[in-house]
Amino acid sequence: MGQKTYGGGEFERSNLAGQGIPAQSRGRYGAHGGQYIPETLMNEVIRLEEAYTFYKNDPAFQEELGKLFREYAGRPSLLYFAQKMTNDLGGAKVYLKREDLNHTGSHKINNVLGQTLLAKKMGKTRIIAETGAGQHGVAAATAAALMDMECEIFMGKEDTDRQVLNVYRMELLGARVHPVTSGTATLKDAVNETMREWAGRVEDTAYVLGSVMGPHPFPMMVRDFQSVIGREAKSQILEIEGKLPAAVLACVGGGSNAMGMFHEFVPHEEVALIGCEAAGRGVDTFETAATIAVGKPGIFHGMHSYFCQDGEGQIAPVYSISAGLDYPGIGPEHAWLHDTGRATYVPVTDEEAVRAFEYLARTEGIISAIESAHAVAHAMEIVPGMSPDDSVIICLSGRGDKDVAAIARYRGRDIHE
Amino acid sequence: MNEKMVPIKQAFEGKRAFIAFVTAGDPSIERTEEYILRMVRAGADLIEIGIPFSDPTAEGPVIQEANIRALRGGVTVSKIFEMVGRVRPKVDVPLVFMTYLNPVYHYGYGAFFARCHEVGVSGIILPDLPFEEKGPVAEAAAVHGVDVVSLIAPTSKERIGMIAAGAQGFVYLVSSMGVTGVRRSIQTDVREMVDTVKRYTDVPVAVGFGIHTPEQAAQISAYADGVIVGSAIVKLIAEHGADAGDEVEAYVRGMKGAITCKSV
Repeated sequence: MGQKTYGGGEFERSNLAGQGIPAQSRGRYGAHGGQYIPETLMNEVIRLEEAYTFYKNDPAFQEELGKLFREYAGRPSLLYFAQKMTNDLGGAKVYLKREDLNHTGSHKINNVLGQTLLAKKMGKTRIIAETGAGQHGVAAATAAALMDMECEIFMGKEDTDRQVLNVYRMELLGARVHPVTSGTATLKDAVNETMREWAGRVEDTAYVLGSVMGPHPFPMMVRDFQSVIGREAKSQILEIEGKLPAAVLACVGGGSNAMGMFHEFVPHEEVALIGCEAAGRGVDTFETAATIAVGKPGIFHGMHSYFCQDGEGQIAPVYSISAGLDYPGIGPEHAWLHDTGRATYVPVTDEEAVRAFEYLARTEGIISAIESAHAVAHAMEIVPGMSPDDSVIICLSGRGDKDVAAIARYRGRDIHE
Repeated sequence: MNEKMVPIKQAFEGKRAFIAFVTAGDPSIERTEEYILRMVRAGADLIEIGIPFSDPTAEGPVIQEANIRALRGGVTVSKIFEMVGRVRPKVDVPLVFMTYLNPVYHYGYGAFFARCHEVGVSGIILPDLPFEEKGPVAEAAAVHGVDVVSLIAPTSKERIGMIAAGAQGFVYLVSSMGVTGVRRSIQTDVREMVDTVKRYTDVPVAVGFGIHTPEQAAQISAYADGVIVGSAIVKLIAEHGADAGDEVEAYVRGMKGAITCKSV
C-alpha cells in the first residue's frame, strides 16, 4: 500500500490494479499535489517517475549532472555577503545566493539540465516547455542545444511582447517559439498549450516543466533538481557564520527557486522560510498574483493546491509587473508548507519590488531580476528588526537585464528593446 | 433512483448510440436549451452538456472558444442546473455533464452530485480526473446515483483492464492523441482498442475525438456501441450563433442516420 514519507511526495507504487480500487493518488503533500491530468498522459508521467526514481539513485547520472552543474552552469553559485546593504539596513547580516550568476542568468538552468538529461536517457529527442518571463524557455533552449534535442517553447503573447529579447535568444539557440494567444495570453495559458501539445505527442517528446508544479512527479523532481541551491547555501553559511541563518527568503510564482532554497532548511525549524508572492497592484485589487494571500484550494494544472479563482471555480486572470511570477497557482509543496505553518508567504507589490530592484542596483551594484527583487523588498522590511548576530539569505534567483526596459517604462522613461 | 434520471444504458439499448455535445451557455443558456431539444428530436441518444471552464486543457480551439463565449455570456453552474431542470421533463434520453474538476470541486462534490440527482443528470465526464484520482469524486457521485464515466486513450495500454473493470455508464474511448477537435483521419487502431476494452467490461463503449463525418460515424459504429461528436456541433454554433438550430438539427439527423443502419 501507499507509504507516505514527508516532503518527498513519494509513495510506493501500489499494486491495486484490477481490483477496482483506485490506488489513491500519488505525490501528495498533505491535501495537495496529485496527478489530475488526462488519461492520455498517465502512462507517460508514470514512466517519467520510474525513470526519475531510477536515475536519481544512479551514481553515473548524478556524476554527469554534477559535471554539467560545475563545468557548464558554473556551480556552486556564490553566497555573497552584502556588506553595504547590511550596514544600511542595520540589523541581521544579509547574504545573497547568487543564482543570477549561473549560465543563462537564473536558477532555471539547474532544473532544465536535470530534466533534459533525464529526457535524453529516456530516449526522447524533443523537449517542449512553457515560459513566462522567458528565463525557463531560454534555459530549456540552452539545454536542448547542448544535448542535441529539438526544442519548442510556448510563451503567452503578452509575454513575447514584454520579453522580445528572450524570444530572439531562444531562437538563436535553435528553439521554435510559439506565441500563445488563448485565454489571458500569459504563463497559465502557456502551460495549457504545452500540456495540449504533450498530449498530442508523447512518444519522442518530454515536457520540461519549469516549476515545482503540475502533476506528480514534477513538483518533486523539479524541487530535487533545484535543491542544490539550499544545499550549497547551507554549507556556505555554516562555513562563514558557523551557524544557520535566522531566515531564508525567495520569490514565489510556481515556486521553484523558493522550494530549491527551502528544501534543505525544512527540517531546521529555527530557520524561518519566507516566500514572497507578487501582489501586483495590491492584494485588495484584482490586479494581483499573490496566490496564498487571495487564492482558494482548487484543482488545476494537474495538482491540488491554492489558486486565484472566482466564485465559480474559474481560474482568475492574474497580474504582476513580473512575467515570471504572473501565475494563478503555487506549487503543492508550498501549499502544504503554508498549511502546516512551516513557511510563511507574504505579498510584495510592484512598487515595493521596483524600489528594491533600484536599491540593490545602487547599494550593491547588482541588477537582479524583478522576480527576485520581491524577496529583496521583504528582506528590507524585516532585516532592520533583527539581531546583528543573525543572518538572512535571499535567493537572488535571476539577473535583471531582461527587466531594464520594463522598469524604465514603470518609471515613465519610454525605452523599448 | 429519481425517476428523472434516465439510466445511461438506455441510450445503448437495441441501438448504436449517437452522443451529441454542446457547451452550456454558448451563445446563451436559452439557446442551449433549444439545441438540446432539437438534437434529441433529430435522434441523439444521449446529450453531453459541457459546463464551461476558463482553462480547458483537453480541448482544441473550437471548444476552447465556446467555453470563452459561454463564460463571457455570464453562464454559471447554477444557471446550468436550472436549465437542465427545465429541459429534463421534455426529453427522454440520458443527460450527462462534461467539465473539468475545479468547478465541481469548488461547488463541493456532495452538493454538486445532489443537484445532479435533483435535476436528473445521470453521469459526468471529467477529462482531468484519471483513474488514480477518481476515489473521492466517485464516492460522492455514487451516493446520488451519478455515474463517473471513465476515459481510455490510445496510450492507456496495460491500464485498460484496470480502468474498464471500474467503468460506469459507458466507457469514453479517446480515438486519437491530443485534444478534442475535427481530424481529417483517425490514425489509431480504434477497433482493436474497443475489442480490448470489451474483454474487461460489459459497459458500452463509445468513441470520441475527431469524428465529424457520417462516413466516420458509420465506420466506427460497426464495432463500437456509440459515437461521440462535440467539436463539429460546436463549430456550427460558432458559425450560426443563436440561429444554429436548423443546422444543428440537420447535422445530428445526418449523423444518426449514418449509424442507424448498423443497428444491433
